[in-house]
Amino acid sequence: MSEKENIVIEMKGVNKSFGKQRVLIDANLSILAGKVTVIVGASGQGKSVALKHMLGLIKADSGEVLIYGNDIKKMNKAELYHARMNFGALFQGAALFDSITVFENVALPLRERTKLSEKQIREKVLEKIDMVELEGSEDKYPAQLSGGMRKRVGLARALVLDPQILFLDEPTTGLDVKMSKEIYRLIYSLHNKFNFTSVIVSHDVPKIFKLADYVALMANSTVQGLMTQEDFQLSPNPVVKDFIEEIMGKIYNSGV
Amino acid sequence: MNFLQPFEKIGELALDKLAFAGRMGIFLAMSIKNLFLPPYKLWPVINQINFIGSKSVFVIMFTGAFTGMVLALQGYYALRQFGSEGALGSAVGLSLIRELGPVLTALMVTGRAGSAICAEIGIMRNSEQLDALECMAIDPFKFLIVPKFIGALICLPLLTSFFDFMGVYGGYVIAVKLLGVNEGAYFQGMFKSVIWDDINMGIIKSFCFAVIIIWVCAGRGYFLHFEKEGFGAEGVSRVTTKAVVMSSVAILVWDYLITSMLI
Repeated sequence: MSEKENIVIEMKGVNKSFGKQRVLIDANLSILAGKVTVIVGASGQGKSVALKHMLGLIKADSGEVLIYGNDIKKMNKAELYHARMNFGALFQGAALFDSITVFENVALPLRERTKLSEKQIREKVLEKIDMVELEGSEDKYPAQLSGGMRKRVGLARALVLDPQILFLDEPTTGLDVKMSKEIYRLIYSLHNKFNFTSVIVSHDVPKIFKLADYVALMANSTVQGLMTQEDFQLSPNPVVKDFIEEIMGKIYNSGV
Repeated sequence: MNFLQPFEKIGELALDKLAFAGRMGIFLAMSIKNLFLPPYKLWPVINQINFIGSKSVFVIMFTGAFTGMVLALQGYYALRQFGSEGALGSAVGLSLIRELGPVLTALMVTGRAGSAICAEIGIMRNSEQLDALECMAIDPFKFLIVPKFIGALICLPLLTSFFDFMGVYGGYVIAVKLLGVNEGAYFQGMFKSVIWDDINMGIIKSFCFAVIIIWVCAGRGYFLHFEKEGFGAEGVSRVTTKAVVMSSVAILVWDYLITSMLI
């Protein structure tokens, strides 16, 4: 299969402004099936906005966002929701529903989007809660959990419909080093197990590179190439080079 | 100095208001559309009936009783000047059923439930819970807004009738037991003057007010991210205040319009 056929999501020349502020300028990005694509960049460069375009939460002013080859702008609501049935998303703050328990949070997509029986829902929810290593926390409310636990519940909820594409927005922001490692380990093992496509937005460089098949840098309101993490670290692109030097020091590209 | 700046500001403000009106219009249209689309789930509606209705019963009955009492008290001294104390029952009944019952009930529900609905949805918007629903392919209108509309449409007429009932009996206590108006005259006057059209008017008003409360309060919370001051806890509180004020004003304006149409 060619790389073109392997593309599940594609942003083509996407432009987006909020008022007078141009957030995305001619952004191009391809997400390849079964791969982990990490979008890095400094704060305020449009990483999360790019992610929200892929999720269909924000519509581009111009340009195209294609999901499995279909332009998201031309989809009606039913088609968009059908496409989203293949999505799982973990938001920066986990976005859990704070008035219902962990169990109910994870069960929500199953209750609303499937016709599974209560017994099947219970089995599936407990399986996902076990998967993120939160056994025994089913009856707790989000406010009773630590930041890391909340992220894991968010991850369990994102995975409960067995998505083909997983979107993770800053999965380790606000977590301590130990908890960040835990989340990375979890994402790594889940990815190996289910082989879904992942899009991760993060500024946790270089740690996030361990997960990445491909890395894209958001800088100057656009995507600065998409390359393997080795190529990224050795990229001659001055913007990427500056970013690498700023974040990791000169040692990483001293051989170039 | 840019001499065009004031005009730019006026234009910007006008566009802002126009965009707000458009968003609210779309919100109402989407809500009504989703009202008739499957799946129809009973449990979320029951939850809303409990929240908007059951939990407001006490405060509505309490307010209703005191409104009837003060109406009787004021009415008695006004009517006595013309020797028409016998018309007190009619005055209390008509004022409550046609006007004060639906309006005060709606204002109380706006304060108690409307503010909570705006804050709840606003917080869900700020904490990306609405985006999370969208990503799970769950329509926020169907999941969150429609049960609130149905709940309010069921509860407002019922709460209004509780208000009226308590008002009539509050007025009775003051008029008959305290001020010595004849019991027969109080009720007979009321039964004679209150006709089915008056009750109808009260019911139609309460349905309209139910739509206004949920439309304004849920709508402002839903579009919190478009508000210039909509960020953080303070943003939610500001928008909630605006929603309560806007809903209350809309209720009073709509009350006048609908009265002029139905009278």
